Amino acid sequence: MEPAPIVMSARGVVKRFGDLCVLDGVSMDVRAGEVVVIIGPSGSGKTTFLRCLNHLERIDAGEILVHGRSVGYRPGPGRPVEERPKVVAERRRNIGFVFQRFNLFPHMTALENVAVAPVKVLGVPKEEAREQAHALLARVGLADKAASRPSALSGGQQQRVAIARALAMKPDLMLFDEPTSALDPEMVGEVVTVMKELVADGMTMIVVTHEMAFARSAADRLVMFDNGVIVEQGAPDDLATSAEENRTKAFLRRIDSSQ
Amino acid sequence: MAAGFDWAFFWQYLLSPSAVFLEGLWRTVYISVVAQLLGVLLGFVIALAQRSRFGALRWVGRCYVWLIRGTPLLVQLVIVYNGLAAAGVYRFSDVELGGFVLLGVVQAAVLTLAVNEAAYMAEIFRAALDAIDPGQTEAAQALGMTPTTTMRVVLLPQALRIIVPPLGNEFNLMMKSTSLLSVIGLQEMFLTAQSINSATFKTFEIFLVVACCYLALTTIWSFIQRFIERRLADPGRVIAPPSLRSRLGGTLLAGKGVR
Repeated sequence: MEPAPIVMSARGVVKRFGDLCVLDGVSMDVRAGEVVVIIGPSGSGKTTFLRCLNHLERIDAGEILVHGRSVGYRPGPGRPVEERPKVVAERRRNIGFVFQRFNLFPHMTALENVAVAPVKVLGVPKEEAREQAHALLARVGLADKAASRPSALSGGQQQRVAIARALAMKPDLMLFDEPTSALDPEMVGEVVTVMKELVADGMTMIVVTHEMAFARSAADRLVMFDNGVIVEQGAPDDLATSAEENRTKAFLRRIDSSQ
Repeated sequence: MAAGFDWAFFWQYLLSPSAVFLEGLWRTVYISVVAQLLGVLLGFVIALAQRSRFGALRWVGRCYVWLIRGTPLLVQLVIVYNGLAAAGVYRFSDVELGGFVLLGVVQAAVLTLAVNEAAYMAEIFRAALDAIDPGQTEAAQALGMTPTTTMRVVLLPQALRIIVPPLGNEFNLMMKSTSLLSVIGLQEMFLTAQSINSATFKTFEIFLVVACCYLALTTIWSFIQRFIERRLADPGRVIAPPSLRSRLGGTLLAGKGVR
């Protein structure tokens, strides 16, 4: 069987905040349908890496291609040139991003949150977008909350709306930045369930999380970040039982004891 | 008390003002409204310039605010109307617009008030936009919205809610600032009262009438402002804005729990 096409490819990505080197040459490929979970201690650069993938952060060196194309840059004389915001916006359309803190639009209902981007970005007719949004809210188990404002929803519900909002753009790559870290423990499950359904649907996903239960059951590959580099990667079971790097072992032990 | 307070004169001017006085009152109102509207629009443009990704535009925006806020409105009025004409740069002349004659002095007044107001509105817009969680912009970007769409759909609706109370202040000040237009000879309410004063010498009476009229205008405006605030209020938030009664009565009434 031929391997699935590569959806995202990062080569030697370097990112600095002033003197601090947050990403120090990260390279990684993700194939269609693959679920990659990025783990690592805080400050290891995993969230920054994820934000670089859809150009929420600029990069200082290296290259990130999504569907063979850079989101934020075009080739220039000597070094790549940043694209105009309009072009970047267009290239972000098929990359979904779910934030740790949900970032729902507080002045819109749950339904409007989900329908707004298809209408304003893709020009989908309002009625069609609303129907689609209803279906998506049903899919994340919130059909009855369509008219609620984010302020009236729990954290878990808000995050599920945020996932529906990202799905409304029909992305073929979903990025999750610690989607359960801001949630009360009893709400983690409902969000993880929705994410597992996405996995079952064959969505390509890159997930930064400490949720090891999700990682073990859903991830095809676990990638361990530390100090801005990938220290180790492999199938979740392999990594859990026979991590070669001491840093990975220590990290997994810490995570296990806290959960 | 040689002269005493001429109650008859006071009531007559308050309850059945002369046509000349009404004309002055009307000018005060429409110049305030037009200048405020233009000031809001121009102020928004200046605020956008201050947030531009181009350094030159940010510089222009900052210089505008520095220059206009740093000089008195009274001086600006005289420079624009009298100064420019005296230097032979530009003379405001009457324009006929479909049967209406727009006086040169009114053009100069509206222009100067709007330009002055824009500097303050720019700061209000800037503060309001800065007050919105950066996560909102990121969420909009991640959905593929262009900067223009992000501003229109996500940021501006949230900023408006923050802007209305200080905007109310600004319009209140604007109506009272129109009394300065008397220095360039514009027959608004204040100058009209002055000419009545020099004909009648009823200084106390006529300026009390003027004060009552300004108070009536600002009171009507506070009703309108409250209406706007209610319309923009987040229905998810149940905390009612202070009632007009408590606002007019200050903390005295509110403190006693009078509703």
